[in-house]
Amino acid sequence: MQSFKKVKTIITPLDKVNVDTDQIVPKQFLKLVQKSGFGKFLFYNWRYDDQEHLKSDFILNDSKYKNSKILVVGDNFGCGSSREHAVWALQDYGFSVIISPSFADIFYSNCFKNGLLPIILDDKTVEKLYQETGEIEVDLENQIVKTSSGEISFVIDLHKKKILLEGLDDIAQTLLYEKKISEFEKQSKIPSVL
Amino acid sequence: MGKTLFEKIWDAHIVIEKENSPSLIYIDRHLVHEVTSPQAFDGLRMNNRSVRRPDLTIATMDHNVPTNNRTLPILDQTSAVQIQTLEKNCKDFGIQLFDINSPNQGIVHVIGPQLGITLPGSTIVCGDSHTSTHGAFGALAFGIGTSEVEHVLASQTLWLEKPKPFEIRIEGKRKNPHAVTAKDIILSIIKNIGTSGGNGTVIEYKGEGISDLSMEQRMTICNMSIEAGARAGLIAPDEKTFEYLRGREYTPKNYESLVDYWRDNLKTDSDAKFEKNYTLHVDNIAPQVSWGTNPGMTCDVTESVPFPEDFSKGDQNQKKGAEKALEYMALNPGTPITEIKIDRVFIGSCTNARLEDLIEASKVVKGKKLSPHVRAMVVPGSQMVKKQAEELGLDKIFTDANFEWREAGCSMCLGMNPDILSPGERCASTSNRNFEGRQGTGGRTHLVSPVMAAAAAIEGHFVDVREMDLN
Repeated sequence: MQSFKKVKTIITPLDKVNVDTDQIVPKQFLKLVQKSGFGKFLFYNWRYDDQEHLKSDFILNDSKYKNSKILVVGDNFGCGSSREHAVWALQDYGFSVIISPSFADIFYSNCFKNGLLPIILDDKTVEKLYQETGEIEVDLENQIVKTSSGEISFVIDLHKKKILLEGLDDIAQTLLYEKKISEFEKQSKIPSVL
Repeated sequence: MGKTLFEKIWDAHIVIEKENSPSLIYIDRHLVHEVTSPQAFDGLRMNNRSVRRPDLTIATMDHNVPTNNRTLPILDQTSAVQIQTLEKNCKDFGIQLFDINSPNQGIVHVIGPQLGITLPGSTIVCGDSHTSTHGAFGALAFGIGTSEVEHVLASQTLWLEKPKPFEIRIEGKRKNPHAVTAKDIILSIIKNIGTSGGNGTVIEYKGEGISDLSMEQRMTICNMSIEAGARAGLIAPDEKTFEYLRGREYTPKNYESLVDYWRDNLKTDSDAKFEKNYTLHVDNIAPQVSWGTNPGMTCDVTESVPFPEDFSKGDQNQKKGAEKALEYMALNPGTPITEIKIDRVFIGSCTNARLEDLIEASKVVKGKKLSPHVRAMVVPGSQMVKKQAEELGLDKIFTDANFEWREAGCSMCLGMNPDILSPGERCASTSNRNFEGRQGTGGRTHLVSPVMAAAAAIEGHFVDVREMDLN
């Protein structure tokens, strides 16, 4: 997995609450069997009209935000379906940080498996960030968002921080505990299916 | 201090526990389907890893299988590739697969309980958010992403932060249990606590309103826990639970001794503490109909489409959300729900496509005809449900009324297969999500119970099913 340390760009403000993963990547694109190339389907029904032309009134289609890597969005982002394709699409499109007052549980944990950093900041701070037109810097090591008006610190679980900073392979780490897993299996009461 | 049922199951599955970091939790059952698994199997191959416990892993294909004639080839090439990929992955890694021609094929959350794979006190995961369904059996069951699917395949474990226990009590007796269903109970709960009300929690449903329910109705409740944002829903097992699982194809051989153990151990202690509490009184609840674009945007069938300012109760973000939802749904505030005309009806999905759902819906339909401007389909949750329904003659009741009778699959719940709404079409649906475009780009979904969907199909618009004679 790729590691994450720092990023400095302008933000893309998406002032919507309860954005579900069906909106982030609609179901017709879940049939692919690889992880790459989902960026073009990101927010598909909001980005494109019936003729597959870009809709001028959707914020991602404003060329000003072309190089933004930081998405700032409303409450309960990523609710609904567990599809990890939502994270793959956001990343492939170019985002590496999502800032919101809250995230749905499965989406939040999917982010850390792919090196995408979700940052939780309170409602008021997010409202203020929407207005931020200059570049902001996200520094994971120091847990700080630097804006034109000052520094905002954020909270992140230490274990999750380490995974992102080092780009750790989760499975390789777990398999080091093989002996513990085998010991657990010996005393388990739940029988096999087959 | 005592423990909640959730804490007991959690504690019994800890492989490694460290302070202030996630615990390594053992997974007893892993259900796999075609959509969220291909990249996980690829990951295993790239790293030369095998599936640690194929004997705890079961696969089926449900999300994008066509529900028409099974003898025809799958026309959508990308769907066909995804289905073939699952077949190959199961063969290569030694996993039991119920493929498109298997009598056990069906929606993963319907077949798990039906085959006796779902067990009380176990941990169950699947790359699908509605895995919460299995919580109806007192299992800790939750949806995971594809990276976690790979992690479970490789290690049979997951690193998890412990969710908080949330108690929801359902008190009282429904006056008309044929017309006011489990679906109406869970929609009422989501309407009240909101779509993020359960974030970070595992909900345990308790009370008279729960013990009264059949196992299939309890599954409807737990299924939609995720729509309130909860990681899982849970109901302590009782004699109904044990009876339901007795003698099924994959019920363990030592089942009765397991039951003895579960009966003594799988309940919340009287002095256990929950992080959150909520109580719903069901004596007077009405059938529910969603009007917006998330399951929290729901009202009684006797009400009218709300004004955004009334719905939002002063929250500007909620008001904006409601305005946008009404625009998408093409509804005017103040319109009585019963005046909303529908074009399509979908009776199906892991929420409401079990035998009991189809029996109840058939009572509404029997001897009547579909409204001429409505197209309606019934999609059984599994091939086994389909067979049982046909043995009862339900297929005939539906087809005589001009409903389509289909093969098992997720179908129009998420429209990954050919069953989709056209732009602008309005659907009464027994599924779980009314998100924008969920059932087809531009499609408008109203979530309802099976009897409400059936009644709307006959009348051509929503009606209060309590006013119909269901006997």
